[in-house]
Amino acid sequence: MFPVLVRYSQKGMATPQIKNDAVDKGFVYLPLIAGWLVPGAGHFLLRKWGRGALLAASILGMFVLGICMQGKLYSSAHDVLDILGLAGDLGNGLLFIFARVLGLGADQVQTTTADYGTRFIVVAGLLNVISAVDAHNLRTGRKS
Amino acid sequence: MFRPSHFAAVVLFALFASVVFGITQRETPNRMIRYGIYCFVLFVGSAIVLSWLMFFIAR
Repeated sequence: MFPVLVRYSQKGMATPQIKNDAVDKGFVYLPLIAGWLVPGAGHFLLRKWGRGALLAASILGMFVLGICMQGKLYSSAHDVLDILGLAGDLGNGLLFIFARVLGLGADQVQTTTADYGTRFIVVAGLLNVISAVDAHNLRTGRKS
Repeated sequence: MFRPSHFAAVVLFALFASVVFGITQRETPNRMIRYGIYCFVLFVGSAIVLSWLMFFIAR
């Protein structure tokens, strides 16, 4: 009996393995972390200048407008809504920390405009998380 | 202090969110622009429709 040798080739397969030199080098989570800490930085690291600039402008714009509207920055988590607000705010990364250190934003929401501002700040954080995950997907080759 | 009207706040919110959604949810520039515009129209359009609905309910 002769052993049957089967040789597989990736050529012509339905889902060929992705070969990308850039993907194999360096710390994979760097764009994710950089993108979270500074809006758009994950895309800048991957040399996606246009996308990074638009993301940075949008997220920064939203955060700054939220602060200008005297929106509240969540600092404690007493109930479920506060926890969710704090989670959203933390998505802003260093922006949130700098704003807390500089004492920006309001402690209490007293006007309707300040309520809009609070939502602007939370949503800016959530959008920043989405953009950081997008940078990670670009880095791993899941997205082009 | 910046005090936009409710509608101005909706438009600003829709603009920033649509830019991020367009860039992150699609791959090619053309599709990004189209999806961004689509999101913007949906955001603003749904706000206008819901506002009129609430106006008639409140009467």
